[in-house]
Amino acid sequence: MSGTDNKLVIKSVSKTFKTKKTDVTALQETTFDVREGEFVTILGPSGCGKSTILRVVAGLVAPSSGKVLLDGKMITSPGPERGMVFQSYTLFPWLTVQKNIEFGLELKKNGKDAREKEARRYLELIGLSGFENVYPVNLSGGMKQRVAIARALANEPEVLLMDEPFGALDAQTRTLMQELLLNVWEETRKTIMFVTHDVEEAIFLGDTIYVMTARPGRIKEKIKVDLPRSRNYEIKDKPEFLAYKRHALELIRQESIKAANIV
Amino acid sequence: MKGPIRNTLKKGTTEKYGYLGIINFALILMAWSALAYSGLVSNIFLPTPVQVIETAYQMISDPAGDNLLHHAFISTARVAVGFCLSAIIAVPLGMFMGRLSSVRAFFEPLMGAVRYMPASAFIPLFILWIGLGEAEKITVIFWGTFFQQTLMVMDVAKNVSGELVEVSYTLGAKQLNTFKKVILPASLPGIIDTLRISFGWAWTYLIVAELVGANSGLGYVIIQAGRFLHTDVIFVGILVIGLLGMFTDLFFKILYRVMFPWLTKEGT
Repeated sequence: MSGTDNKLVIKSVSKTFKTKKTDVTALQETTFDVREGEFVTILGPSGCGKSTILRVVAGLVAPSSGKVLLDGKMITSPGPERGMVFQSYTLFPWLTVQKNIEFGLELKKNGKDAREKEARRYLELIGLSGFENVYPVNLSGGMKQRVAIARALANEPEVLLMDEPFGALDAQTRTLMQELLLNVWEETRKTIMFVTHDVEEAIFLGDTIYVMTARPGRIKEKIKVDLPRSRNYEIKDKPEFLAYKRHALELIRQESIKAANIV
Repeated sequence: MKGPIRNTLKKGTTEKYGYLGIINFALILMAWSALAYSGLVSNIFLPTPVQVIETAYQMISDPAGDNLLHHAFISTARVAVGFCLSAIIAVPLGMFMGRLSSVRAFFEPLMGAVRYMPASAFIPLFILWIGLGEAEKITVIFWGTFFQQTLMVMDVAKNVSGELVEVSYTLGAKQLNTFKKVILPASLPGIIDTLRISFGWAWTYLIVAELVGANSGLGYVIIQAGRFLHTDVIFVGILVIGLLGMFTDLFFKILYRVMFPWLTKEGT
């Protein structure tokens, strides 16, 4: 059973989306825990319901059955203690970088000075000092996602939920962003749940990988990643890394084949 | 939705191709002159450009009650009042309709139906109910503008990205905050654009209103001139309305650019 150091408990969560013609079961009896400060990645083929589990934790989607506990308290709606970074760019285009980061702090009624100080601290953390007064339209995709991370972190959430945040970025930028995220994580030691369909990304970032089955999504396998921290891109060529990769790829392949057969 | 709006407002395009628009005007002016001066079309039906300018000048020098500027002012005032009354109700109502399905379900069917009933067809009714005064003219403009405006604002509010709303929830916003801090600013460009477009319609309905039972305004000037075969005066009236429309359009475009610097990429 879940121990006391479990930050997040996901207990037999199922989700069925009702449409006019058929009911689609996106998630079936999904159960796992996330420890405080742990970096968990959730790996699965497209359409396996991995985003759904994240949205249930965020409180944006109500589970059909089962429940999610954060610090022992049941989640029923979205809240600032569960920050989220989406795959699409979700910066508020009418706010400058600085004001975007301050958005949550302003809702908390933090004073102007405190807000600005916090925003600057996180801008520095993501390496975008000097961009305070820039509007998102003038930022590259990678920069937008960095600001989105800073905005979520500035709120000091208990967990950071990331839904394929680097999915829309080119390969080079994506690698740099993964390293940046690891640096940020080592600095802040946030509990992170990170959803991806990229096997390398899941291994490179995670302490633990939950591999999901094709729809309806369940946890297929839990992989503990015993690679030393701090990691940088060079690790991706090491035999240990490649062994994890081979194994995870095989799991994903099985599920992708299954998914393809369904269609 | 965002794309086309931005394209028409790109600074570069208007500057680079500005001369093309001028060429177009010049061509039309030339064709007009050719037809009018050659005598191909009789003067009664097509006045010469110079005649129109002279008539316009004369009308500006006319005594107060017949003065062109006086009529233009009255028309503008009617449009402005009708349009503003409409916008004051349409914008908030449209916003609520866009975001609250119950409000939408209540109003949308009725508005969808009334929108297809020509406002001009209501004029006899309005005259019977309200009379021939200013209130009737303003009602016609209001009626012609309001339903379209509301439905357009509704669409703008409805199309605000769901993820922007969701992200605001995960940052700790509650419904009211989200409305104020996300849905409203996200809808503003679309609202201003709706106002710009519907202002053009308001002008159309003004003329419709002034064609019936008016004794002032540009529409009245035009209809009177038609009765006495004063084609040059009709031309002046139409051109003045065109100019006023162009100015308001320009005003909204400038307003758009001033209000939403965040829509324009730097260096474009």
